Amino acid sequence: MLKIENLHATVDGKQILNGLNLTIPSGEIHAIMGPNGSGKSTLSYVLAGREGYEVTEGSVTFGEVDLLAMEPEERAVAGVFLAFQAPVELPGVGNANFLRTALNAVRRAKGEAEIDAIQFLKLARARMKVLNMPDDMLKRPVNVGFSGGEKKRNEMLQMALLSPKLALLDETDSGLDIDALKLVSDTVNSLRGPDFSALVITHYQRLLTHIVPDRVHVLSAGRIVKSGGPELAHELEASGYGAIQDAAA
Amino acid sequence: MAAVTETIEAVQSVTESGYKWGFETDIEMDFAPKGLNEDIVRFISAKKKEPAWLLEWRLKAYRHWLTMEVPHWAAVSHPPIDFQDAFYYAAPKQGPKSLDEVDPELLKTYAKLGIPLKEQAILAGVEGAGDSPSEGGRMPIAVDAVFDSVSVATSYKERLAKDGIVFCAISEAVQTHPELVQQYLGSVVPQGDNFYAALNSAVFTDGSFVYIPKGVKCPMELSTYFRINAKSTGQFERTLIIADEGSTVSYLEGCTAPMRDENQLHAAVVELVALDDASIKYSTVQNWYPGDAEGKGGIYNFVTKRAACRGKRSKVSWTQVETGSAITWKYPSCILIGDDSVGEFYSVAITNNRQQADTGTKMFHIGQRTRSTIVSKGISAGHGQNTYRGLVKISPKASGARNFTQCDSLLIGDQCGAHTVPYIENRCMTAKVEHEATTSRIAEDQLFYCRSRGLTQEDAVGMIVNGFCREVLKELPMEFAVEAQKLLQISLEGSVG
Repeated sequence: MLKIENLHATVDGKQILNGLNLTIPSGEIHAIMGPNGSGKSTLSYVLAGREGYEVTEGSVTFGEVDLLAMEPEERAVAGVFLAFQAPVELPGVGNANFLRTALNAVRRAKGEAEIDAIQFLKLARARMKVLNMPDDMLKRPVNVGFSGGEKKRNEMLQMALLSPKLALLDETDSGLDIDALKLVSDTVNSLRGPDFSALVITHYQRLLTHIVPDRVHVLSAGRIVKSGGPELAHELEASGYGAIQDAAA
Repeated sequence: MAAVTETIEAVQSVTESGYKWGFETDIEMDFAPKGLNEDIVRFISAKKKEPAWLLEWRLKAYRHWLTMEVPHWAAVSHPPIDFQDAFYYAAPKQGPKSLDEVDPELLKTYAKLGIPLKEQAILAGVEGAGDSPSEGGRMPIAVDAVFDSVSVATSYKERLAKDGIVFCAISEAVQTHPELVQQYLGSVVPQGDNFYAALNSAVFTDGSFVYIPKGVKCPMELSTYFRINAKSTGQFERTLIIADEGSTVSYLEGCTAPMRDENQLHAAVVELVALDDASIKYSTVQNWYPGDAEGKGGIYNFVTKRAACRGKRSKVSWTQVETGSAITWKYPSCILIGDDSVGEFYSVAITNNRQQADTGTKMFHIGQRTRSTIVSKGISAGHGQNTYRGLVKISPKASGARNFTQCDSLLIGDQCGAHTVPYIENRCMTAKVEHEATTSRIAEDQLFYCRSRGLTQEDAVGMIVNGFCREVLKELPMEFAVEAQKLLQISLEGSVG
């Protein structure tokens, strides 16, 4: 599904990713852990195509296609979804309108018929119920005045509706209470299947007890320095990143 | 950030190809000789077969105009206008006398402009079309079509007449309702009010006239569609709307013009009068040709719009979406005379490329407990310059008066400008005046967020701009809100790299 080879990237001329290699087969969920400044968020932005994140070397293949050659919106409709660490506010833009526009963009790309407002509301409300979101969150402007937890749940609502092939969760667990954490995990787990892969970026092992990953990778100074099964997350929790960084150096 | 640079470049690259209304209709026209003098004023008056009092009224305005100077206080710049180098009267030779006689070329023109087919059928006078107001679940809209200097057709006249509503060209009202015209013409905007109002008073050619009788709620939207077609002409329309006691009306105007290298002058005057408990909603979607990317050509839109809320509890609400014109200079205002009367001003003004807009409102609080609300949204892109200029004036007698003003500016790129010039004169201790203002940019993270959800950059800009304008757009009649949203997007077209 996703194949990253020897990826080097800079931000404002500063080298952040340093020859990163990672393959996520279809149907698998991988976790990336690592200390602050190791390049976790940069990786997610590079994959989603954010301006200013310049790839200087390496390649990323998504399915059969060269992901790096695509515009952000092309990646989105091809099935890449980035759940933002800090979801952006869009004043005056109704959440329902935004969601439906996004959903229809994806549906058009898949050759499916666009969905009308009534069908959409039905679909959205059903998902919101599971996420414990009140209906009025559809009427409110996108993320404006949302609490931290509401913003993250709104990201999960978008993800669930767009049903991507590859979800990138950039520290979606940060700032969440245990109930919200559970809702986020349930959403990811509900999408699990042979055509769904995810890259879960997190600081803490806590999230990975709810979303059990197939593989765990440790990122340090822009490269994967260690990979293992779910048990690696527990190890890290116990020993910290220091030991691994030292071993890699 | 890179995305913003891209946006700026793209916005700058917008050319006149983005203006879809720029075609010209080839039709035989009747012109007055070029230039302006007393004979031209007499010519226009004679063409309209006007009574002597109106000719005198025009001549008085003309003589006053000669003593006046072009206003220089607005934050706009343009070369001096040669008022002798224009035609002050241009009309299709075959002016139709009834709806069935509308020139096919004109029908084609309005079809191209996207006036719905149904209305076209009505313009062409199809039998019975006007008797089924809610066919297809959509309320009909009565249209007065003004082409250069004359009104070429007005639809639904007979249906409206059943309720005693008068909706016709002002030149026709002069003939059919002279007493109303004489009583109210110039009663809100006097002949000598300002340079362009005086010019308009001297040479105004056509425009709409509306009278809503006591207690009548106008059953449909009324609208006037202004089109400048002929070369080297100015359009000087005059609109007068009178809402008698307890009546309500919603009125909309739209306007377009061909693309030309020359600047054409549009100097209109609009007067609204609301008596006791009457309510007028006046919406404008202004889309005159804005000129090309280098600022060549385009309409000078120098307009005086004013409402008198004479009656107790009367209400006037102005909503404007200004996307066109090379220069816009207009300040739809309310004189709140009646106790408890209400004035509102909701505005979206977009300036792209070399467009300049100096627009805002004046709210004069005279009656007790009068209230006003001002919401202005200015969007500047390219080298556009956007100024909000407003005055809130509260007289000593306006006890308990209230005003709330909100001015927001959105900048796209770093070559454009936004300016806010609010004046507040409060002479009443019990009045309350509030003013809020913000200036912001379309942020790179907002664009990326939208694009990462599958929206193209163009759709993302459109969505963010529409969100920014939402408070104003929701004031527009339903039928036009959609059109206005599309127009906003088209005006910023090319903001995609």
